[in-house]
Amino acid sequence: MRQIAKKEEVPAPDVSLFESEFLDSFGLPDLVSALEHEYGITIPDADLNPRKFESIERIEEYLDSRG
Amino acid sequence: MAFLKSFGSWLPERVVTSEEAASWVGTDAQWVKNVSGIIERRFASDSETVADLAARAGADCLERAGTLASAVKMLLVSSGSSERQFPGPASAAAQKLGLNDIPAIDLPLASAGSLFAMSLASKLAEQVGEILVIGAEKMSRLVAREPRERGVAVLFGDGAGACLVSRESGMCEVVDSQISSDGNFSEDLYADADSPIRMNGRSVILQASRKIPGSIRAVLERQGVLPDQVAAFLMHQANQNLIVRIAEALGVPVERFYSNIERYGNTSSASMLIAAAEWCREHTFTPGEPVVFAGFGAGFHWGALLARAV
Repeated sequence: MRQIAKKEEVPAPDVSLFESEFLDSFGLPDLVSALEHEYGITIPDADLNPRKFESIERIEEYLDSRG
Repeated sequence: MAFLKSFGSWLPERVVTSEEAASWVGTDAQWVKNVSGIIERRFASDSETVADLAARAGADCLERAGTLASAVKMLLVSSGSSERQFPGPASAAAQKLGLNDIPAIDLPLASAGSLFAMSLASKLAEQVGEILVIGAEKMSRLVAREPRERGVAVLFGDGAGACLVSRESGMCEVVDSQISSDGNFSEDLYADADSPIRMNGRSVILQASRKIPGSIRAVLERQGVLPDQVAAFLMHQANQNLIVRIAEALGVPVERFYSNIERYGNTSSASMLIAAAEWCREHTFTPGEPVVFAGFGAGFHWGALLARAV
């Protein structure tokens, strides 16, 4: 995530990655691609709701739901 | 068989700088440029209607084709900013163009509308004959609605573009197209009858970043064309940062993507055809070279069309 955001400081798990300005709208597609690559999954377009990727906590929940 | 015979465009005279647009929403021109690439846009006068803009672009297109209005057998007009709930601007635009007793059909799809219209026209041309496709928008009407959102109000401009689709001849032959819709995201970009434009920018960018390259790849792969072989990508001009992202996703230099967004902003369904008209004026076709058209917008609706110079 640091590589995508080009920032050292990662927000706390429950803090919005967007509101904290860690990621902008154009960083989100990069984050999704990185998650697919890292976890060897394909995230279907129907799951691409920005709220699912709002924070580290939300991302973990989504990845857990994918097993 | 269908050919793209000519393109036309029309832009209003009044230039609205990003300094002016930024002042509506408490930001500055540099921020507007950073988030969108837009430096200025055009706004039509209060008295000009979407049909007026459509007719001017249509007339420019017919003149460039050397085609008389009497030869046109169908008119398709895309607009998301029509003044009325119904009818849309197609019938009034037809009347202004002197297109009498032909079907004049509205496609109120907004940004992807002209791509959908071109795809439909290319499939209908064999049966119908010459089909005039127009995308026309007076987005300034929607932008003026309160409350103005910083990330929305500064993006849009007015204008119109047109394309004449022929079954007989043209500068390019349409080879393939793909159009798609996904209503799961219909709440992420819309304007009600009297509301300002509501946009979930993160969702739009996330979906567009995947769906546009996916659609382009699909038509190219079906026809055995590599992205690097494409002479030009003529896309809906939504945001320069998005255009750069799509070029990167396809692995082609961004210079291959014609861009005029810094001058006109996002003119929704008009933008792809305005871009095509300008690019064609500057470009000499080499027979066989592929050209790709692509669009994405509210709905979500999106797609791509592949043509080859003849």
